[in-house]
Order: sequence, then structure tokens, then C-alpha cells
Amino acid sequence: MTTTVAAPAAAAPVTEAKVRRGWTQHGMLFVAPFLLIYVAFLVWPVLLGLRMSLSSVNVAGTNNHFIGFGNYAEAFSDPLMWHSLWNTVVFTVLSTIPLVLLGLVFALLVHNLRFVQWLWRLSFFGPFLLPSAVVSILWLQMIYPPGYGLINGTLGTDVPWLTDTSTAMLSVVLTTVWWTVGFNFLLYLAALQSIPQHLYEAAAIDGASAWQRLRSITLPLLGRTTALIVVLQLLASLKVFDQIYLMTAGGPENSTRSIIEYAYDMGFTGYRTGYASAVSYILFVLIVIVSLVQLRLFRKRAEVSS
Amino acid sequence: MQDPPDISRRLLLGGTLALAGAAAAGCAIPMGLGSSQTRVKYWHFLGASDGIIMNKMVQAFAKDNPEIFVEENVLAWGEPFYTKIAMAGSGGRSPDLATFHLARLAGIGAGATLDPINVKLLEENGLTAADFSPPIWERAHIDGVLYAIPFDAHPMVLYYNTEICGRAGLLGPDGKLKPTNGVDELMAALRRTKDAMGGKPPLAFDALGLGTVGPWRVWWTLYAQSGGALLSADNTKIAIDDAKALEVLRFMQQLGKDGLLDWRTDYGASVANFTNGQAAFLWNGDWETTGLKERKTPFSMTRFPSVFGTGAAQADCHSFVLPHQRNRDPEVERATYRFIAYLVKNSADWAVAGHVPAYLPALKEPDYLKLEPQSEYRSVITEVALDPQVWFAGSASRLWIEFGQAFSPVIGGQHTPEEGLATAKAALNRLLSAPNPFPDQER
Repeated sequence: MTTTVAAPAAAAPVTEAKVRRGWTQHGMLFVAPFLLIYVAFLVWPVLLGLRMSLSSVNVAGTNNHFIGFGNYAEAFSDPLMWHSLWNTVVFTVLSTIPLVLLGLVFALLVHNLRFVQWLWRLSFFGPFLLPSAVVSILWLQMIYPPGYGLINGTLGTDVPWLTDTSTAMLSVVLTTVWWTVGFNFLLYLAALQSIPQHLYEAAAIDGASAWQRLRSITLPLLGRTTALIVVLQLLASLKVFDQIYLMTAGGPENSTRSIIEYAYDMGFTGYRTGYASAVSYILFVLIVIVSLVQLRLFRKRAEVSS
Repeated sequence: MQDPPDISRRLLLGGTLALAGAAAAGCAIPMGLGSSQTRVKYWHFLGASDGIIMNKMVQAFAKDNPEIFVEENVLAWGEPFYTKIAMAGSGGRSPDLATFHLARLAGIGAGATLDPINVKLLEENGLTAADFSPPIWERAHIDGVLYAIPFDAHPMVLYYNTEICGRAGLLGPDGKLKPTNGVDELMAALRRTKDAMGGKPPLAFDALGLGTVGPWRVWWTLYAQSGGALLSADNTKIAIDDAKALEVLRFMQQLGKDGLLDWRTDYGASVANFTNGQAAFLWNGDWETTGLKERKTPFSMTRFPSVFGTGAAQADCHSFVLPHQRNRDPEVERATYRFIAYLVKNSADWAVAGHVPAYLPALKEPDYLKLEPQSEYRSVITEVALDPQVWFAGSASRLWIEFGQAFSPVIGGQHTPEEGLATAKAALNRLLSAPNPFPDQER
């Protein structure tokens, strides 16, 4: 008995130091499977993509010559690349604002409607359950078509929703908002339901109006959720592809071509995998910058509030 | 009561896999692969009525050649198909045979991803250069090496509704459309048809829509008629004749302005309008023939009207290629050539789909000449306007999509012809300055 107790006691200082530095063999063993997958499916492809973006490789994997920053130079001097990047930014701004605000408004409404809540929840969240192909076909074939589409048919108008440069982007944004607002709505609803009821009761006793309660209790307590939703939404919007590809293919006149669609066109229709990788890396850097800025902003706000 | 049959797990699994395989192959496997059969793996992109006819031809071949099993694999048309061929060919473990658009040949790095055609084996199977339409045979070569066996040409044609055209008095005593020559005659015919239709636009083609190539097809047809070229002889510089290009664009815009063309129709709507008698004329490729016949539209078709000089019409050609294989089995190779020769020699069966055979003897066969209206436009085969031989040209290529996007708003009147041409030239410049992903030295 004594030996078994003594042995770990002797080893203790080493292990403790290791644990403090966050390093043990056991820990390593547990993490290893995940680490392997992480390296094989994330780190390695990321490096491979970087190498590809510096070469002239085509879709068949041949013509693999190192050309340095040639692809990047070409991308930065291609007006279509800038146009696609700008479209992506426009889409992000136009979609993020209503997606966050409407998510909040719908959550507040549903939270305060005390009857058949499941029905309201389902109706706001329902569209989010649909795959992007279904949503795109629905809007492309039934809601937007000039002539017989649901909107034009009902209003008696003849708006070329998806085929005019002035309306195409807005139409795509409208579809996206309808389709994805449910996710933000759900996050907000969960956050609302976790706010302690007694805060409201105390405020009501002090004579605070509904508006005051919203401004001074609800919105501040939703701050963290809002930060999360804004980050998630910005990232999702920057990566927009499927609904645009399916509904307008970037047209008319490139007015809805997003940066991912541009990379896709260059890589798969144009066969230039190296160039497409360079474009992907430009987007990657943009996303990293946006995430870092956000992180900074919210950290400051968190410090201030604490 | 009888017990349910005893199904072993292996049998069930095998059966499921076979079913899945059949589903993946478009349910096209005519019969099981016997151990003594030579298997030819065949990839093609022929869907809808084209696909049905191809499948019938494969089955007919199987009946005559029981020792050969053709495994038909139907893949989606367009860019994904060419991406797959490029990747399979570069890996060297590709199908034995694939269909291809001739105009895409220059863009795929023929030597790297496709194997040259064995001319001797072709001759053994009874096919020589003399059997094919010369401009098309020429296009199947790259740097003097044959890389494809032409199967057909699918040109732009003019579909017309016989009932409406009869009312407008445009049909001759033989019940066929009286040909027009030049802009004025065509416009006059369209106006008469418009009156006969109570003011509805009589002409339809896919003027806008998702990645539409209709504006390119029509423009390239008319521009080629006026004798214009797109690129310099060495394919390195833009050689567009602005005056001619603009004349064509102005004409296309005029059609919309005068209410002779409904410029709001995309591909589906233009075909639907013609099918339902909402439009009297349809400018489109010849592949809608079978569909229109099935839907009992009173129609016939003829060559694209001569508007700016010649009777040239935009076209591309289906052909057969051999994706690159590291080790080609000589037995499979012989079977492959036999299959190709069978398809080419039976081009009259294929012409049912609307395409003009590239195999010249087929054009004289009574079977083909009996085909109405498919044989009406066969003379176009010597006047097809093919794409320039550059890597970004051909069916569903960057060139087609970019030009379609540039010209679509011109037809609709949102852009001036000058703006449209400038956009197209900018796109063409961008494509010219981008490096060829499959450069020559790879061969």
C-alpha cells in the first residue's frame, strides 16, 4: 500500500508542471484523433490551396508551374473581380441589417404573443428548413417571374425582378431574408426566454413603461446574442453563393455576381484552378479581417460594460 | 401459406447495387455484362429526347454485337461535363469513349486529356476523311492530329408555325415558308405575321435569362453572314468589324423595339410560346424538333434566313473523343471503334433528334431524306459558323455566356448597341489576356 501511494507523490511535481502548461500525454492521446482529422482536412488543404494559388494549375491538375503572385496580380487588375467583391459587400450590408433587425422584431412579437406560440415559431422558422435549391426554384419559378409570377400577378405589375440590373440584387436579398431570418429569430427567442421574469416585475412595480422595459432591460441583456448574431450573419452573407448561382447565375450584367461565384466561374467554367484559388484566398483574407475587427469591437464593449 | 423466398444478404446487396448502378446510368443498361463480353465505358451528356434516341441506338448496337457491352453513362450537360472529362482524362483512368462538342476541343488540352484518334482503326471500320463534311472534319484536328470523330452539326434553324404563317400568307404553294432575303424582306414578313396574330410579337428566341447564350447564337449567326470575324487569324487579337457588329446589334434591337420579338422571354418561355402558338417563329438550335413533334405543334423548320449576306448559321457539332487512358486495352479499343463506326454510319437514326449528320453518305440516304422536317435544312452543313479555335469557346463556354450577357440588354433596349459591343469586347479582351489553362507545350 505504501509504495503505491509513494510513487505518484514522487512524480507529482513533474505532472503538475506539465498540467499547468496544458500538456499531458493522456491529453494528447485524447486530442490526437481530432487533431489528425483537423490537420488532414483543414490545415493541409489550406496550405495546398495556398500553393495552388501561386501556380498556374488547371482543373485537370496539369500545367502546374509556380508563378508567384501572378494570379493575385491578375485578380487585382481584373475589374470583374472588384465588381464581384463590391457586389458581395453590397449583399452583406443589405442582408445583414434586415436579418438582424427582423430576427429581433419577430422574436419580440412571438415572445409576447402568448397563444399558439408553436404556430408563430413554425411560420418564422419554417423557411430556414428548406434547402437552398428549393427556395431558389420557388422564388425563381413561382414568385418572381414577370407576367405570371405571384408578386407581379397579384399586384398587376410587370417588374423584371431578377432580370434587371436595378432590381436583381434587391430581389436576391429579399429571398435570402425570407429564407434565413428564422435562424436569427430562433437565437433571439432563446435569449429572450432566458431573461429572468422578475426583472420585468420589479421594473413594472417602479412604473416603467413597456418601451422603457424594452430599452433598459431587454435590449442590453440581448447584447451578447446580438454580437453573436451579427458575426454569424456577416460571415454567412460574405459567403453567399447558392441562391445567387441558382437564381441569376451572377447576371444580369454581373450585377449579382458574388466573389464566390466569380471564383467558381474561373475555376470550373474557365478551368483555371490556380487562379480560382487565388480569388478564394482574397475572400479568405477579407473574412479574417472582418472577424478580427468584430472581435476587437465586441471585446471593447464587453470591457466597458463590465 | 408460402414462405417468403429466402434471400441471402449477399444477393440482396448485389441486387441493390445493381439497381443503384442502373439508376446512376440513367437506367440505360440494355443487358447484363456477361463474362465473355468486352465492356466499353461510354460517357455522354445527351438528355431528354436526344438521350432517348441515343439509348435506342446503343440497344440496337447491342443486339447486333452481343460480344460487346456498352456501358452507357449519362451525365449533366455543360460545364460540369467538361470539368469531369478534363479530370478523368488527366488521371488516365477515364471512360473508353465520350461525346464532346467540337468547339470545345481547343480548350481542353487535347494532348493531355484526350488521346488522338487511331486513323487506321477508323479506316478498318470503314470511315475515312472523305465521309465527313470538310469544314467539320477539319475542326476535329488540332495541329494536324485528329482528336475527334464528328457525329453531327446542330445549327441555328428557323422553326415556323405553319398555321399562323399560312394565315399571314407566307407559305408557298408547296406549303413551305417562302424564303426571305435581307433585312427588309424579313421585317416585312414579320410585320405581316404580327398583323395576322393581332399585334403579338411573332418571333421568339431566348433573349434573356440565367446564363443565356441565345443573344450570342443569334448575333454570331448574323455577324458571320455579313462576313465578320471575331479574332485575328492567329487567334491572339480582337478582329471584330465594329460597323458590321453594330449593324447586327441595331437590327436585333429593332426587332424588340418594333414589337416583332418578345425580348422578355428566356429559353423556356421562348420555346413554350412557340409550342403554344403564341409565337409564329422560333430561332433556336435544331434539338427542339422531337419535343415540338410530341406536343403536336403545327410546325415546320428551315434554314436560318439569310439576312446580312450569306446563309451562315451558328453551329456546334457533337463528336466522339477518347479521353486519355494510360493503358488502353487493345480489345476494348477495337470494340470502341466498332461502336463509333456503328453510330456514325447510322446517323440517319440520330438525325431524328433534329441534328444534321456530319457523315455525308447519311445525307443522301432515303431514310434521312424521308425525315420531315429534319432534312429541310441539311444544306446548311457547308455553311456552319463555328466558334474560333480558342480555349474559351464552344458550347456553354465563357465566351458564349459573356457575349450572351453583353447582348441581352441590347435586345431589350436597356443598353445601346455601342455599349453592348464595348462590354463584349472588354470580356473578350479579358479572356484573351488570361492564360490558356491547357497550354500547347503540354501536348
